Amino acid sequence: MRRRVAVTINGTSYEHEVEPRTLLVYYIREQAGLTGTHIGCDTSNCGACTVEIDGHTVKSCTMFAVQADGAQITTIEGLAKGSTLHPLQQAFWDEHGLQCGFCTPGMIMAAKQLLDRNPSPSEREIRLGLEGNLCRCTGYHNIVKAIQAAAKVMAPGAEAKAPASVS
Amino acid sequence: MAISQMVGASIKRREDPRLVTGTGSYVDDLPQTAIVHMVVVRSTDPHARITGIDTTRAKEADGVIAVFTGKELLSEFGAPLPVTDCFVPTKKYPKHYPLAIDKVRYVGEPVAIVLASSLSAAQDAAERVEVRYESLPPVVDIEKAIEKGAPVLHDEVGSNLSYDVKFAAGDIEAAFREAEVKITQRLIQQRLIPIAVEPRGVVADYRTWARKLTIWSSTQIPHFVKVWAAVILGIPESDVRVVAPEVGGGFGSKIRVYPEEILTALASRRLGRPVKWIEDRGENTKATHHGRSQIWDVEIAAKRDGTVLGIRPTQWLDLGAYCSQFGTFQVLGMLVAQGAYKMKAFDGRAVGVFTNRTPTDAYRGAGRPEATYLIERVMDLVARETGVDPVEVRRKNFVRVEDQPFTTLLGLTYDSGDYRITLDRALQMVDYQGLRREQAEKRKQGKYLGIGLSTYIEICGLGPAVPTQAAVGVSLWGMSVVNVHFTGKATVIIGSSPHGQGHETTYAQVAADVLGIPVEDIDVQHGDTAIGPMGMDTYGSRSTALDGNAVHISAMKVQEKARKIAAHLLEAAEGDVVYEGGKAYVKGTPSKAVTIQEIAVAAFQTSRLPKGMEGGLEATTFFDPTNFVWPFGAHIAVVEIDAETGATRILRYVAVDDCGTRINPMVVDGQLHGGIAQGIGQALFEEAVYDEAGQLRTGSLLDYLVPTAADLPSFELEATITPSPVNPLGTKGIGEAGTIASSPAIINAIVDALAPFGVKDVSMPATPEKVWQLMHRNGGTKR
Repeated sequence: MRRRVAVTINGTSYEHEVEPRTLLVYYIREQAGLTGTHIGCDTSNCGACTVEIDGHTVKSCTMFAVQADGAQITTIEGLAKGSTLHPLQQAFWDEHGLQCGFCTPGMIMAAKQLLDRNPSPSEREIRLGLEGNLCRCTGYHNIVKAIQAAAKVMAPGAEAKAPASVS
Repeated sequence: MAISQMVGASIKRREDPRLVTGTGSYVDDLPQTAIVHMVVVRSTDPHARITGIDTTRAKEADGVIAVFTGKELLSEFGAPLPVTDCFVPTKKYPKHYPLAIDKVRYVGEPVAIVLASSLSAAQDAAERVEVRYESLPPVVDIEKAIEKGAPVLHDEVGSNLSYDVKFAAGDIEAAFREAEVKITQRLIQQRLIPIAVEPRGVVADYRTWARKLTIWSSTQIPHFVKVWAAVILGIPESDVRVVAPEVGGGFGSKIRVYPEEILTALASRRLGRPVKWIEDRGENTKATHHGRSQIWDVEIAAKRDGTVLGIRPTQWLDLGAYCSQFGTFQVLGMLVAQGAYKMKAFDGRAVGVFTNRTPTDAYRGAGRPEATYLIERVMDLVARETGVDPVEVRRKNFVRVEDQPFTTLLGLTYDSGDYRITLDRALQMVDYQGLRREQAEKRKQGKYLGIGLSTYIEICGLGPAVPTQAAVGVSLWGMSVVNVHFTGKATVIIGSSPHGQGHETTYAQVAADVLGIPVEDIDVQHGDTAIGPMGMDTYGSRSTALDGNAVHISAMKVQEKARKIAAHLLEAAEGDVVYEGGKAYVKGTPSKAVTIQEIAVAAFQTSRLPKGMEGGLEATTFFDPTNFVWPFGAHIAVVEIDAETGATRILRYVAVDDCGTRINPMVVDGQLHGGIAQGIGQALFEEAVYDEAGQLRTGSLLDYLVPTAADLPSFELEATITPSPVNPLGTKGIGEAGTIASSPAIINAIVDALAPFGVKDVSMPATPEKVWQLMHRNGGTKR
């Protein structure tokens, strides 16, 4: 019954035997041990499990692990380069774009694709782009600000922003 | 950038680097070895007798370790789940055990637990547990629940009425005799599902030979869970440790001792292995408590000039199937329903009933949103009936600053506040007169602009021990330990248990100012009952007013000891030594200072201490203030109704809030943003709907509408600062203010927009369909 799955997550190869019914999010969390991808619902509404698969943003609870066989996957743990945060991670920190932090990994992964597709979105475009990700703490106000701030830093020609200190 | 004073500085949160990188650990993320997975078999019937449970086939399934039913575990429950007095000590309520024993009373009630070596094995086996139900007629309506002949949920209570009590003061009959205007209105507080984005989860590990129990739980109240797990399981409290790791939101939904915390612990003790249970969202919508679920009927006595003479509110509270631990906390709504206003008489009645639905308990605001919705709707109803502008009605009835500290009819005393200042500023921000002109213009064009006010006050900072013991049944206070280490760095331990509020950052700011130690050298620890004394945890916008001030006081005690040590080191008289900016020196000679690092070394090299002084540089505080704290503010919503669809669009949302001293204004604003969004959710989108058969029709995020980013505007916030006189930092609370204020602001705005259609009220949630129906009930004719 068990099926073999091989994937690359954040540049590391993983290969495991899984039950065919195993959802990708459980594979990422339990087999690969990457628990930054969260599970917040069972109907693909909340977006806490959002990851990037072969360049596309996907809610990893909507796929079976076996469907991801051979895929290149990026999770929240794959965004920072060494001790330098990804501009979106930095902007969420700078702009207080998170409180409890549970939706944050999925929110940042969704925002990444939003900016990949539209490097300078309007506030309305950001809000529409986040419709698949629920946050109960922030009212989205500072999430929108964070994505606007990240867009400026990530815009072609913008200088990479140095990691900010505590104050 | 050097910041000379940390309190008041919007520094970035130290919690965030781990959270934005996905490296924080929520319960489901904890490392697990040899763990047993628990799945709860839940009732599918809202009201039924259990005539038998056959676990044979489940026990035979692959990977299953054990299956337990309520009857099998009953002898191990040393006590039922706890219930506190919460304003109604005379209420009747049944014993409630973590598993149903012979009857089920709501869909989602735990009936049995299945323990297996993997989650999928436990899930598969749970489907093989055969529960035989003999269905009974369900009770799903508050008013029908107490009609004669209604099916009774609890034989031991005798009826579905838990309590019917009065909260009255002043001569209400005289107020109605004097009244020129009398209004009667029913207001619905629909049932809400809290939906923290992290569902609940528990890991319990009982070590048989060490006889120690550790529970990791996604909870707001690790200290309470420790006490009650010890009592219910019959384990000495000293052998129980409860840890709340990263907690992904609470909003009141994680404020009580839950069945699963007891069941995992009990199973772990039986099996000698750690047991894990993670709630899925379908369970969460039924097994985690709901909020609100009330009907309010109010009669208003007023004068033609807009003066409110008195109100006569009745709160019909749906407790759900049992009385939850803090279930009647929502009766607080009655105690604070006078709001920011003076009146001559108040005649309140609170009634609590049982229905075959998920138990209700605290949900963001817990009583205060209901009170504010009531009194802010009352102000607008009076404005409509008298033709006086809603702003003037409020100004006319406001408690004035010269009345402070003002004591309400029911005997609560406000600490401070001039309610005109926040209202005046909010009116300026929206250009109120300009908006009214624009509204009139738009009406001529068939466009419906609405302006809604909410000038709330809030009780928080729960609280002083004497009144909370009397009212809630628990003495509430704040706790902190401040401990300076050998190297001059410090650890702060707090009794609050944050789950998104940022205490690790803000309380370090508080300690940094007192000790003069750089904020990054102060670590704040919480959420683990093993690291410090008892704490009273986090709910009710209490933490900063209590535990935050406790941090300040402990730091002051440490500072005082440091000053004494410094005097000894400097060979100076104690009275001549001052402590400032992390250094102590003899007045007038700051160049010859000893630093906190040098003082800390001496504190542990105890031979260098003054004779008779104990070593260490540490202080503990249990802070019990003299009163509650009372933040206030003015929120204004500007909405436009789409005449074609009935949809409400929020054009502007302006809020001026006064929560006293703001330790970290960025964090305060964040609390407001989220709070406002939740109140808007209640006003426009959210409702837990049950059908007549007692089944929850909104049991997933497909059906239960949590606001998305596209549903909300950006918010315009400003502040005034009136420090509270009842604590040293002058802080009030802010975690619930946004939710408390925003629902009435939105509904008042919608009703205002619909005034041309003769609409005087719209019930929450004001869905497009409901609004469209109101616009068309007279064939769409305007009045």
